[in-house]
Amino acid sequence: MRGARRTSTIAAVAAVAALALAACGGDGGEPESSGSGGADEVEVFTWWAAGSEKAGLDALVKVFDEQHPDVTFVNGAVAGGAGSQAKDLLQTRLQAQDPPDTFQAHAGAELQDYIDAAQIEPVTDLYDEFGLTDAFPPDLMDRLTADDGEIYSIPSNIHRANVVWSNRQVLTDAGIDPDATYADLSAWMDDLEKLKAAGVTPLAVAQAWTQVQLLETVLLADLGADGYSGLWDGSTDWAGPEVKAALEDFQTLMGYTNTDRDGLDWPESQQLVIDGKAAFTVMGDWAEASYEEQEQELGTDYSAFPVPGTDGVFDFLADSFTLPVGAPHPDGAKAWLETVGSAEGQEAFNKAKGSIPARTDVDMSTFGEYQQSAAESFQGDTIVSSLAHGAAVPVATLTAITDATSKFTSGASDLAAFQSELAAANAG
Amino acid sequence: MATATRRRAGVRRAVRRAGAPLLLLLPSLILVGVFVYGLIVANARQSATDNHTAAQATGQAPTTGVGLRNYLDLLGSEEFQHSLTNLVLYTVVFLVGTMVVGFLWAWLLDKPLRGEGFFRSIYLFPMAVSFIASGVVWRWLLNSNQGEQASGLNRLFQMIGLDALQNNWWNNVSVGIVAIAIPAIWQLSGYVMALFLAGFRGIPVELREAARVDGASEWKLYRHVLFPQLSPIALSALIIIGHMSLKAFDLIMSISKPANYQTKVPAVDMYVFKSAFDYANAAAVGTILLVIVAIVIVPYLVHTHRQDKR
Amino acid sequence: MTAVVEEAGRPIDLGRRAAPRGRFTVGRTLRYLVLLLFVLVVLVPVYVLLVTSFKGPGDAAPTRAWNLPQVWTTANWETAWSTLSPAIARTVQMVVPAALISAFLGSLNGFVLSRWRFPGADLVFTLILFGMFIPYQAVMIPLNQLVLGLGVPSGVPSLILLHVVYGIPITTLIFRNYYMTVPQELIEAARVDGAGMLRTYAWIVLPISVPSFVVVLIWQFTSAWNDFLFAVFFSSSQNGPVTLALNNLANGALLQDYGVSMAGALFASLPTLLVYVLLGRYFMGGLMSGSVKG
Repeated sequence: MRGARRTSTIAAVAAVAALALAACGGDGGEPESSGSGGADEVEVFTWWAAGSEKAGLDALVKVFDEQHPDVTFVNGAVAGGAGSQAKDLLQTRLQAQDPPDTFQAHAGAELQDYIDAAQIEPVTDLYDEFGLTDAFPPDLMDRLTADDGEIYSIPSNIHRANVVWSNRQVLTDAGIDPDATYADLSAWMDDLEKLKAAGVTPLAVAQAWTQVQLLETVLLADLGADGYSGLWDGSTDWAGPEVKAALEDFQTLMGYTNTDRDGLDWPESQQLVIDGKAAFTVMGDWAEASYEEQEQELGTDYSAFPVPGTDGVFDFLADSFTLPVGAPHPDGAKAWLETVGSAEGQEAFNKAKGSIPARTDVDMSTFGEYQQSAAESFQGDTIVSSLAHGAAVPVATLTAITDATSKFTSGASDLAAFQSELAAANAG
Repeated sequence: MATATRRRAGVRRAVRRAGAPLLLLLPSLILVGVFVYGLIVANARQSATDNHTAAQATGQAPTTGVGLRNYLDLLGSEEFQHSLTNLVLYTVVFLVGTMVVGFLWAWLLDKPLRGEGFFRSIYLFPMAVSFIASGVVWRWLLNSNQGEQASGLNRLFQMIGLDALQNNWWNNVSVGIVAIAIPAIWQLSGYVMALFLAGFRGIPVELREAARVDGASEWKLYRHVLFPQLSPIALSALIIIGHMSLKAFDLIMSISKPANYQTKVPAVDMYVFKSAFDYANAAAVGTILLVIVAIVIVPYLVHTHRQDKR
Repeated sequence: MTAVVEEAGRPIDLGRRAAPRGRFTVGRTLRYLVLLLFVLVVLVPVYVLLVTSFKGPGDAAPTRAWNLPQVWTTANWETAWSTLSPAIARTVQMVVPAALISAFLGSLNGFVLSRWRFPGADLVFTLILFGMFIPYQAVMIPLNQLVLGLGVPSGVPSLILLHVVYGIPITTLIFRNYYMTVPQELIEAARVDGAGMLRTYAWIVLPISVPSFVVVLIWQFTSAWNDFLFAVFFSSSQNGPVTLALNNLANGALLQDYGVSMAGALFASLPTLLVYVLLGRYFMGGLMSGSVKG
């Protein structure tokens, strides 16, 4: 027994040592503030690792090399799950005080976590230095400006989330006019019902985040732009009858979707429509790239239009670049940000990626047909922030909303429970 | 050991005797002490705070202690109870599946047989593969579409005329998690087989012969001679498979998605909490998992510890 | 139990009985049929993996999973190799030192714990052993902070550290069980010669430990190679191992290329499969000792 006591003493000593170490680890020291220096290279962290996103990045790098031949570009792209994998890894690196020189983040509320954690620096000065303040539309500038009046990132491109994509052949085969326009969701549902009767999947979706994206467009359609934006500032009641009606529509729409949705990611559900196994899908306009890659023609093979009931509203998300606190090459990062914000950089990047420039002074005449119409909408439409892509709410709220949505669409909660969980998620 | 002097002498002798071995053990003891026990304590402390936001996680905002509130909230929430139920379901099916299949294979291979090595290798090889690699193909096989859109196993069932077997696999909110146990059983049955096979071979031939001479039936031979000899192996297999199943993470991540409610288990919850900067709840989930594992493992370790002594 | 413990740590000869010749019986035929049926079942996923890895882009679709390739192509294998080979190289850099160091530490511990019966040795052993069973989720959050605090760079160095540390319990177990079977006289003889513990270890014990080293190295190699959890938390696709790269490949691309994913899965599994095929018996021995005692 004596021996046992001694070993437990040893164990205790080891445990104390461990705690001391862990405590040191917890503090981690004050982050160094980034000054200047390190203009020889820049590590750019993105989730643009494949397809058109990679093509866009390559085009941007080409412009960067012309504008800043003395700065070496280091590609820190991480693939996976519409950026979810990249975000996890980024989180680890930022905590390790091993930040990349600049990283990609969705503009808007998603940045708030990084700001709260003092992980990124304001770039307001750079807007003046690069002459960007008037280059972006005022709506966008409003959304980029944080509560403290500072701006923390420079947008590279704009995407629209409220787009319906259809397979024209499938519609024709089912006796539906592929050029039909729908005034609201219920008009659209009539055709979805016909498609269901014809034995095709009327509406393709994929895993939870794409369902949240569908939900946001339904909320947008039923509540209108003001009502939808009110959801995020508290002026629209989550528990009210209008939201309930919208959730009922969402429930109806989910009834038209493919059963294997939870196992798919968005390229797979998009492919269902391209291959003619499903008629419609709701997806952001990055989907355009899949069509281009497979040489499909807008207006011949497929159509794209705003989600019924959201015409005239641009459900926006923007990719943007930041300046992390303690970046090893802040001057390199500033050079990168300058290229990102420049008209040449935005033109080259967006042409290849299939998105539209955030700047309003880029000549759109050489862009694709879809991009031209999107750019037009972006200038004329009411702009609202996307929920599923972090423009509207911080990460924790989005996670709670996604969980509630998955619970509902997998059949574990009823509509009333879903609504109260959504309300709770937004309350805090 | 009556007098204090003698006791002190004994202590000194013990220190001398224990000194050198402890020096050799020290690197490992420190590492295990810090990385296992130290971190368990640090994690428990983290779980008793209100560290739920990004600012707190990075030390920009203060955290305060909340005692056991995170645990009470978690255990009281319908979502976490669902994760725990899923974990129990998964563990039971995984355990029963590997034990039954593994034992059956060992039993079939126990009697001398030509080509035994071939069968053994085929049955065992899946365990050399990572869950991530096997998840790539199982994600296809367990696709939930049926009828015309069917793919994966559902399609195979159609092709061989067993349409009735089609089902939506893990896309069932109450028992879907059981489908995730299928690839797990596929990977680890061979391992259980290897254990039982070694167990069978470890039983002296004379023991069987003696029973046969006594005229015992085949069933009685198993019931009274072989099973008792195999029970320690069965226990070990249960412990190994059981604790693997409690940690289930890789397979769910590669077949389903972390956000899917159907396939939530505590390890996935922990991952989601951590991604959303909710470190306190992530730590609490970790501790709950540890307690569950300890309830199973500690009695087992004590049991083998005692057996060693004998 | 004891008999099994004695076996632990040594390669187990599972095929020691001679296969019978000739003699057709209904029972045996039935047995073969059942065994073959199971072989088919086990190979179902392998079939899908293999045929899909040789299919062209349109052909490699879930609904055509069971069909043979319309056109056989090795393009997927080439793409998978060029995508995964840097990660495979990093995994080798990570796995080899991790396995060697943890094997060495395990051998030291096993030797001490099996031979020097200092008071409380069993308790120390049990405490070390418990480390094998902890769910890593229970330490992940502070572990992250600890590894940062120690200043270990993310990627290969972090992963080596973690696989070494969390490998200590299993390697200690296997070596302890093995050294238990070493005749006491061998060590007593050295002691009589006046050799200290370190020298006894270096000159007597280490040379006879080769079989155990093989077992432990295989075990550690396989588990570090297949690890995903530590990889997710402690490395990125730029500096991480092949499981991470494979997961990115399978779930990351804009246009999901199933053929490449499947070829990649096979690539990522080849080293462990190879180890298993070439050194299968030792592998089994490793499994045995790992399981039987804990």
